[in-house]
Amino acid sequence: MTELIIPAIVCSIVAFFTVYLTTPLLIKILIKKNYTVKDVNKKGDVMIARPGGPAIILGILFSEIILYRFLQIPEILSIMIVTSLSFVIGYVDDRKVLGGWFKPIALALAATPIIFLGTYDSNLAFPLFGEVNIPILYLAIIVFMIPITGNTINSIDVLNGVASGFMTIASFSLSISLFIIGNLDLMVVSLPLGFVSLAFYKFHKLPSKIFPGDSGALTLGGMYGAIAIVGHVEIIAAVALLPAIVNSFLFLSSMKKIVEHRQVKGKPVEHTDDHKLKATSDKTAPVTLVRLILARTPMSEKQVETQIFKLAIFSGTLAIVTAILMRISL
Amino acid sequence: MIIALFGFLFAMWILIIIGGGIIVTILGPFSLLEEIFVPWFVSSGIKAGFAISLVVIWIFILLKVKNWIFKKELNF
Repeated sequence: MTELIIPAIVCSIVAFFTVYLTTPLLIKILIKKNYTVKDVNKKGDVMIARPGGPAIILGILFSEIILYRFLQIPEILSIMIVTSLSFVIGYVDDRKVLGGWFKPIALALAATPIIFLGTYDSNLAFPLFGEVNIPILYLAIIVFMIPITGNTINSIDVLNGVASGFMTIASFSLSISLFIIGNLDLMVVSLPLGFVSLAFYKFHKLPSKIFPGDSGALTLGGMYGAIAIVGHVEIIAAVALLPAIVNSFLFLSSMKKIVEHRQVKGKPVEHTDDHKLKATSDKTAPVTLVRLILARTPMSEKQVETQIFKLAIFSGTLAIVTAILMRISL
Repeated sequence: MIIALFGFLFAMWILIIIGGGIIVTILGPFSLLEEIFVPWFVSSGIKAGFAISLVVIWIFILLKVKNWIFKKELNF
């Protein structure tokens, strides 16, 4: 275990400072090239740089390459390839408006390096009850996992700082869980995700200076899904992600089909005169996590963000409890 | 409202634990079929069918739980 301390510290520092130092530079470049979008939750025409994905992927790749020099395990290659492909898919979607089905299918294909490199275990582990061997079915889980984690993180990226803040909480919960179940190599491999998210949150938090865009959200979500599969913590990862899964579940169950957010006509949330967020009564609008939080009373963007982070901490705690239950067998 | 959301998350977590128990106790023994000369693809097919049915049931229960917990709030 002691031999992992130096790699853990080095990769965490590299991940954090790569994003922390490159993001201001990226903001300047994006503003200069006029790659900005309107922040719809602000008064007036407040334009924000987008996408922040390039800074995020740099932080992840630099730290994981350094980690590969220390650990030399194929799992790192697997995670790097899946994360890079997720970034490319997101970047394409940032530049061109693509159909609702493009991202799920492309992300499913992005998951295949895990299969080709054989960096998975077809035993699916559950808390209290043990494992079940599902060799064929597990391939389907791999292919579904990356689109699910990628799109759920993307769908929760609706307010300043929420996606990066939520990802910070979820990924550190996952790292703690990996430590609890004794998968120390993957615990170290997962650390850059938390530190990259934390560094990006510095610029993404209210009031945002940059948005992650699809490239940022899919990079974070893709890496999270890859760690879940390669680290053999699929159920724990799903539990830590529950608020984002609830958001996607509410959205899909109200829309009854896979549809891009920009294609939705009804508005789930509107602004009050004092510019607070308020749930609409529009029956054609999707039900979302933010709309449910606002169902009883209007709130400021900061208040909604705090509520989402409380839910993230709760589900992160449940994920850690799940990891503890993994060590107990009935 | 936030309390209801915590409740919904907790309900989902309990459903995951129970679902895991059902999968391990019922799907697990299907591996034994291969040892008594049932072809692997038949065994896998049975497992896949069972798992998909379980997911459908899980989503159905979740929809019911969602409507029950958020019955006031979902009146948009």
